[in-house]
Amino acid sequence: MGMTITEKILARSAGKDHVEPGELIMGKVDFCLGNDITAPVAIDEFEKAGFDSVFDSERIALIPDHFTPNKDIKTAQLVKQMREFSKRHGVRHYYDVGRVGVEHALLPEMGLVGPGDCVVGADSHTCTYGALGAFATGVGSTDLAGAMATGEVWFRVPESIKFDFAGELGPYVTGKDLILYTIGQIGVDGALYQAMEFTGRSIEALSMDSRFSICNMAIEAGGKNGIIAADDVTKAYVEGRFRREPRYMYSDADASYVTTYRWRGDEIPLMVAKPHLPSNTQAAAELADVRIDQVIIGSCTNGRIEDLRMAAEVLRGQKVHDDVRCIVIPATQAIWQQAMEEGLFQVFVEAEAVVSAPTCGPCLGGHMGILAEGERAVSTTNRNFVGRMGHPGSEVYLAGPYVAAASAIAGHIATPDQIRSKEVAA
Amino acid sequence: MSAAPGNSAARMSDGGRTTITGRAWTFGRDIDTDLIIAARYLNMKTAEELAAHLMEDADADFPTKVRPGDILVAHENFGCGSSREHAPMAIKGAGIPLVIAKSFARIFYRNSFNTGLPILVAPAAVDGIREGDTVEADLTTGVIRNMTTGKEFQAEPLPEFMRELVAAGGLLPFLKGRMAPK
Ligand code: SF4
Repeated sequence: MGMTITEKILARSAGKDHVEPGELIMGKVDFCLGNDITAPVAIDEFEKAGFDSVFDSERIALIPDHFTPNKDIKTAQLVKQMREFSKRHGVRHYYDVGRVGVEHALLPEMGLVGPGDCVVGADSHTCTYGALGAFATGVGSTDLAGAMATGEVWFRVPESIKFDFAGELGPYVTGKDLILYTIGQIGVDGALYQAMEFTGRSIEALSMDSRFSICNMAIEAGGKNGIIAADDVTKAYVEGRFRREPRYMYSDADASYVTTYRWRGDEIPLMVAKPHLPSNTQAAAELADVRIDQVIIGSCTNGRIEDLRMAAEVLRGQKVHDDVRCIVIPATQAIWQQAMEEGLFQVFVEAEAVVSAPTCGPCLGGHMGILAEGERAVSTTNRNFVGRMGHPGSEVYLAGPYVAAASAIAGHIATPDQIRSKEVAA
Repeated sequence: MSAAPGNSAARMSDGGRTTITGRAWTFGRDIDTDLIIAARYLNMKTAEELAAHLMEDADADFPTKVRPGDILVAHENFGCGSSREHAPMAIKGAGIPLVIAKSFARIFYRNSFNTGLPILVAPAAVDGIREGDTVEADLTTGVIRNMTTGKEFQAEPLPEFMRELVAAGGLLPFLKGRMAPK
């Protein structure tokens, strides 16, 4: 019996020829990650357990991105603990403000993770790197402590589900719409403990940035990992960037899947997930009666250069609605610089949007754009749970960058076409 | 069905105690980690600090109503969302010795084992427990008894590997044990 790409990567990581879904294995990790929320707890556990060295100082990234630039004294203490631990153990990939970015945009961009890798991160959206043809999954702080000390993590080999999308996506439809559609179809535990493998013409036609958005949200369907096998798009991204040798792996033709969904990508509309679950989806065009107070364009889901270009395309020559605050957050310094060089900031500022430093910030209700009671946001982030962006009585609608930008102009949920047709009518 | 010898922090910390009895607090499905402990409190990292805000966005009064020894009972996908170990920490910090659910989200599941918060997967029991019922769970056998109604249920058994993990005293001692021979 053949193996899926996920099974192959896990088999290699466990030093085995073959693994079966359901099997519990000890795997060697190629890279591990923690942030300013999870790493301090991991460091405490690491020290409490009496470990005195890290398994490989080149294969650990400690990224303070959630509450940075430090939002308060407690945060400053957490980041200081990470900085000191990194110094003490020679952890190479610790980055402070001015160099840091949102972890799941930063690690691929820096070439720290790549095809064939087995990666764990003490952050649930670690599954983002599956877009590179890697096995990547979120774990907790104690797992991270163990991984930093020994380079090993336990895994239950997941069953795989195949999501096959035929046809190319329609105008303005991106990877974000495709993954929101998927979660809407299967629910927030529709892929619980399982690998989500994405294939088909719709996927092949997508940029890396869109593929990152898709794999990023695998966890919102309960998935252990999302994965897209490498192709020419991946290779073009990885070459000259990834710091280790890529291992391109592919599912065997006779690999087995618990379920295969076949959907038409070209029939997926612009999507929105309404409060308070990512599975509560509806076509954006049907939600024009939802008035909003804030728009966030950023995060590990949609804070990459392509996302900023899409937002700018809609906002060019337009003004953000009087009742709306629009906050643009480039996910990394490199994206920030690129956007600046391309003149995107000019577009945002003229539209009366504000551009922030790279940070997770409002995505998790941390800082830099918190909602008051009763306020509503359209956000390109990945979670719309109760209280996710501020007051428990506030609401978050998830969307891609085109809908977010169009909504900022309209003052209610809107598509770029709705903005255009208003312009024509005016 | 033999469940979980030692599926329990209680066992690890109190040496041999495997039966937990407590008053049940019931929750629905998809209780996410933001509901368990909101991100605005993640600049803290001690169980005591976190416990003061446990389940606050699901029920603002919960931190004042819950008493040490109470247990949580929830429907599907408990602990979905972020990887924050602060969620099981906050639960333990409030003195809650056990969570019973129809299913757990995967990172919460592993965090619970890694850190020694006993959890039981028992769909029928969840349907048979109402808020305020007194529940007794034997972590060795996985037998759950609703003392209020007298009904008895069986939790799913634990895989061998998880039992080893628990027997070792949690993930880090387990990993240390593996390193030692080298
Ligand atoms: S941007 Fe949001 S989802 Fe992504 S890592 Fe940061 S807090 Fe988590």
